[in-house]
Amino acid sequence: MNWVDTVLQGILLGGLYALFAAGLSLVFGIMRLVNLAHGDLIVLAAYLIFVLVGTLGLNPFVAMAIAMPIMFAIGWLLQTYVFNRTLGPDILPPLLVTFGLSVVLQNGLLQAYSADSRRIPSGYLETASVRLGSLHVGVMPLLTFASALAVIVILNRLLYATELGRAFRATSDDAVTAGLMGIRPQRTFAIATGIAMAVVAIAALYLGTRSNFDPTIGPARLIYAFESVIMGGLGSLWGTLAGGIVLGVAQTIGGAVNPEWQILAGHIAFVLVLLFRPRGLFPRAVD
Amino acid sequence: MALLQTNGLTAFYRDFQALFGVDLWLDAGETVAIVGANGAGKSTLMRSVSGVLRNKPEQIVFDGRPIGALAAPEVMALGIAMVPEGRKLFPSLTVEENLLIGRYGRSTNGPWSLETIYQLFPVLKERRNNPGTALSGGQQQMVSIGRALMSNPHVLLCDELSLGLAPVIIKDIYAAFPAIRESGASIVIVEQDIGQAMKVADRLYCMMEGRVTLSGRPMELKREAIHAAYFGADS
Repeated sequence: MNWVDTVLQGILLGGLYALFAAGLSLVFGIMRLVNLAHGDLIVLAAYLIFVLVGTLGLNPFVAMAIAMPIMFAIGWLLQTYVFNRTLGPDILPPLLVTFGLSVVLQNGLLQAYSADSRRIPSGYLETASVRLGSLHVGVMPLLTFASALAVIVILNRLLYATELGRAFRATSDDAVTAGLMGIRPQRTFAIATGIAMAVVAIAALYLGTRSNFDPTIGPARLIYAFESVIMGGLGSLWGTLAGGIVLGVAQTIGGAVNPEWQILAGHIAFVLVLLFRPRGLFPRAVD
Repeated sequence: MALLQTNGLTAFYRDFQALFGVDLWLDAGETVAIVGANGAGKSTLMRSVSGVLRNKPEQIVFDGRPIGALAAPEVMALGIAMVPEGRKLFPSLTVEENLLIGRYGRSTNGPWSLETIYQLFPVLKERRNNPGTALSGGQQQMVSIGRALMSNPHVLLCDELSLGLAPVIIKDIYAAFPAIRESGASIVIVEQDIGQAMKVADRLYCMMEGRVTLSGRPMELKREAIHAAYFGADS
């Protein structure tokens, strides 16, 4: 077994988990909303790209570019007409509503596309690889990781260097005072969820091209996303990437030792990180 | 006609009534102080005018428009900015970002910009990259005032500027008010500190238990009358 190769594959897999988690992290950081349907929304976006590729014969990356604004709109509408009504001092309503949405999405997709597992075809990219010294690295995993880096850099720029980002942070701190500044918290939240769903479309492309998916796999992706966010430290996007990498490396090492241990090793790493760093690897200073 | 006026303003927190028909007005260019003890309804009045609390539309009139039922962002858009009680800076934003958020989503032409606010409160320029909440109480109050001014408001509402600050700091903060008046803003100052309020105000309202109990020009009001209106002591 080649340990360097295993760790490298794990790091690249971490990029995928960071993509799953980035939207979740953004939404939680801004409105303290835990979206239990996040994984199912990734699967929904994967079906959307699958249909665009299948019916229009589009390149998967072009299909993703079309899916991003559609997912933005879905996120905007969900936040405006559903999630905003659940936000308040009580944390239970948003959990119940997003849990319900998760059930609806899974069964709706099952009804529409059956339980058959699907895959978004990506042509020669499926098997393409590049040589790095003595190692061969898949082009798709490299693209996944590069996309995760790009998404996190862009989201950080958005949060810390734009007027919209200032409004996100101000609303997160104190929605009433933000209102006095002319910020409409509910509109701000709708934009934030829209952006999170656009990121979900990117995650869905790599989910759907790298492995099979069916309507029921959303909750497992949600778990990986959750573990990445929490290991990284709530509200820190770079932390989310670090958390994703820890999870990815733990899974590939576990899988290399014994394939039965792959998933379990990820969860054990999660527990260990929380045991020694209860607030995550990079907790936000202000909370 | 007055720039800002309340007509029999009532306000409730669920079943609890906090204001019982408050009538007051603010003319353009004027500074008005509202004094009263804790629980007199001063902050409720500010929260009603700024749109944090909703009221009946015609109970608050700004520039001939009923605004009682508008939400805070809409009131802000009309040019009424608030310095909230307790300063309420955004902890995740730096001093400069706190100031910038004051003009969120609008481009305003007027005297107030980052540069003029740093001229008004030079200490803020040195600390522009610190988190807003890392500053002393007085400096935080300066940021909060600057943040409200950034929108170049027609009306500046100041809720309890002196709360929790040392007298020497309070003096520093009130020293900025002549410049703010000169910029053309009309000002409403809510205070528990009667002495400070009488120094800066053209007119004074005294509130007690949700009602206006006394009003007039500071020079014309007798000390005993204010005490009676403030504490409700008829002795």
